[in-house]
Amino acid sequence: MVEIRRPSRKARKFSAPSLFQLPIHPGSAISAGDFSVAQVRQILLAADALEREDPLRRARRLAKRRVALLFYEASTRTRTSFELAAKALGADTTLVSSLSSSIEKGESLRDTGITLKALGAECIILRSPYSGAPYLLAQATGLPVLNAGDGMAEHPSQALLDLRTILQLRGIRAAAVNERCLRGITLTICGDILHSRVARSNALLLTKLGAKVIFCGPEKLLPENATEIGPGISIERDFEVALRRSQMVMMLRIQAERLAGLKIDLDDYRSRYQANAERIAACAPKAPVLHPGPIIRGMEITSEVADGPRSAIAAQVANGVPIRMALLARALKGGRR
Amino acid sequence: MKALLIRGGRVVDPASGLDAKRDVLLREGKVAAVENPGQIRAADAEVCDAKGLVVAPGLVDIHVHLREPGQGYKETIATGTAAAAAGGFTSVCAMPNTVPVNDAPETTRWMQAFERKASAHVFPIAAATRGSMGEALTDYAALKEAGAVAVTDDGKPILDDAMMLEALRSAAVLDLPVIQHAEDTRLTGGCSMNAGALAFRLGLRGMSVEAESNLVERDLELLKQVKNGHLHVAHLSTRKALDAVRAARRAGLHVTCEVTPHHFALTEERVGLYDTNAKMNPPLRAESDRAAMVEGLLDGTVDAVATDHAPHAAHEKEQEFDRAPNGITGLETALGLAISILHIRHKVPLAGVLALLSSRPAQAMGLKRGTLAPGAAGDVVAFDPADKWVFRAAESRSKSKNTPFDGWELQGRVRLTVSEGRVVFRR
Repeated sequence: MVEIRRPSRKARKFSAPSLFQLPIHPGSAISAGDFSVAQVRQILLAADALEREDPLRRARRLAKRRVALLFYEASTRTRTSFELAAKALGADTTLVSSLSSSIEKGESLRDTGITLKALGAECIILRSPYSGAPYLLAQATGLPVLNAGDGMAEHPSQALLDLRTILQLRGIRAAAVNERCLRGITLTICGDILHSRVARSNALLLTKLGAKVIFCGPEKLLPENATEIGPGISIERDFEVALRRSQMVMMLRIQAERLAGLKIDLDDYRSRYQANAERIAACAPKAPVLHPGPIIRGMEITSEVADGPRSAIAAQVANGVPIRMALLARALKGGRR
Repeated sequence: MKALLIRGGRVVDPASGLDAKRDVLLREGKVAAVENPGQIRAADAEVCDAKGLVVAPGLVDIHVHLREPGQGYKETIATGTAAAAAGGFTSVCAMPNTVPVNDAPETTRWMQAFERKASAHVFPIAAATRGSMGEALTDYAALKEAGAVAVTDDGKPILDDAMMLEALRSAAVLDLPVIQHAEDTRLTGGCSMNAGALAFRLGLRGMSVEAESNLVERDLELLKQVKNGHLHVAHLSTRKALDAVRAARRAGLHVTCEVTPHHFALTEERVGLYDTNAKMNPPLRAESDRAAMVEGLLDGTVDAVATDHAPHAAHEKEQEFDRAPNGITGLETALGLAISILHIRHKVPLAGVLALLSSRPAQAMGLKRGTLAPGAAGDVVAFDPADKWVFRAAESRSKSKNTPFDGWELQGRVRLTVSEGRVVFRR
């Protein structure tokens, strides 16, 4: 199993600090692997409480706090729900996207972060095409950074909202979340695992709570060593075999923008890995079908399945705002400058 | 220039097998005498007390990037060789990926000019093809005449079989080594670290072991076809490629190779949370490959420890991992790492470590350096082999501070470096 070595305190003590040795604000949410089970439970409890709270009361929680959304990649769900979440808590938000900002003129991530901080941003929500970018931004600014998706690496808020969806489907309360609460649940994540930050974050998070994760996909999109990122993860290349062993299934799109010259035979892909009505009915008729979006209808999933009775896609999207409210509240708790 | 008498040290000269208390006299830029303590009479000489120090031939680094001409904001020949002197190096071979590329005799001469204010002898390595574009050979004879000691396209390896064969043939006639940065770049597009589970976890594209070993194996096949050809494999990093070199050497091919300190000191884990000071090409590899590099250094397969000193400005390295340039500085940490890891941990005799840092690399590049034989260039390093010290990047003489060894405790610290009879560093 792979473990990521963090910069040691010893190294920090000795040196004029390199940027990469600087601390990361504890209110950040960069990797789903970083959360303890207790933290996951707290985030889920906070999401419940904030969702229930009177909107006017809720809007005082982060009243006039400044939250910047820094988006270097296109986004619909994540950006909108982070923005609505921040506004629901009363924060002032500003969106900086790679088009229409100085990023176009060649400003670095570090300088953009420092600029946003100087403008009063107290928390930055970052989406970047580069894996690891949130660490750099957190180290450069000292601010809490919420990772809204970094390259192929992670998408922790998506994993948390997927978890909330799964718990709702199973009728598990947030207060009951522990190391064993998802025991007996196997989730197949099918598709372009290699390029998917959602797959990584979900696998890291769900297995912490006792779930088993099966990665499914062709070799080009799913390397053998993918199982080494954590315990409880296995590979099954036959989608139908994987479905029969699963209580839930999550479909992923092929990330055309990240294929980097990789050639995929799409007809063959569809025939093996598409979630269509016949296949689901035959192999996992009761399994809820999740998809982080955007969905490519007719490719990895058919309309019948995406819009069908077992589809959890809308529930996933709906869980975006409460989870992101919880992450923002956590990031800015007591952090008033 | 005043004569210099280095007195009372333990002289270790791997080239002659000497390892004993000796005094060393340097006169007119050359080694004038190496004698038993107290034997040398030189009233006119400046005396340097080397009691408790190891006195050895000035170190030879056959793989550095001095960034001049063209990228003086990263490093200049003056600052790069100042770092070399601080690290005990008196000879450095400068890679041609400058701006412009060192593919012409004028550039080669410019790099060696007195005006560059070098503190160590600079031996330019010229581009193997024009502009390192891999399309037409440079004029090897003219480049050699201008002072080039080898040819390479370093970061842009020659992939075309016919072109590589032509390079090996043309260089063989002139007794020049062809240095290959062994990376099949057709397999490494967009890659920024070693392939494997860690790269998958970090969401980074990985360079496979085969991208290195395939090209080494291809080059060795080509080398068989060339009479008197000499291939030098730069910065080996994988067991598979090292095994290929070992087998070829046994089969009688003239192939030499080097390993960097970071490839025997670190593994891919040092990447940590996307620390670009652990990003270089070839990338840091898995533990089994690191261990193989140590084996190769121990069993003699590896000819040289070379730093691949590659300075980059802070603003270039303080970027997203995929965007940051490859490379780390290495001149000031090489000796300390070699002593700490090869000598202390792996029990390589000091003479063996010093051979990897002086006589053997000099031999691989055909330099008349790396020995204290009387008449040789007056290049000397004196270091305290027991001194444990902490390397601080901020105190580096290099213009750039991109090192993964900041804050490391190392054993073996340079006290005096003499280049051609001139003291270039003293601590």
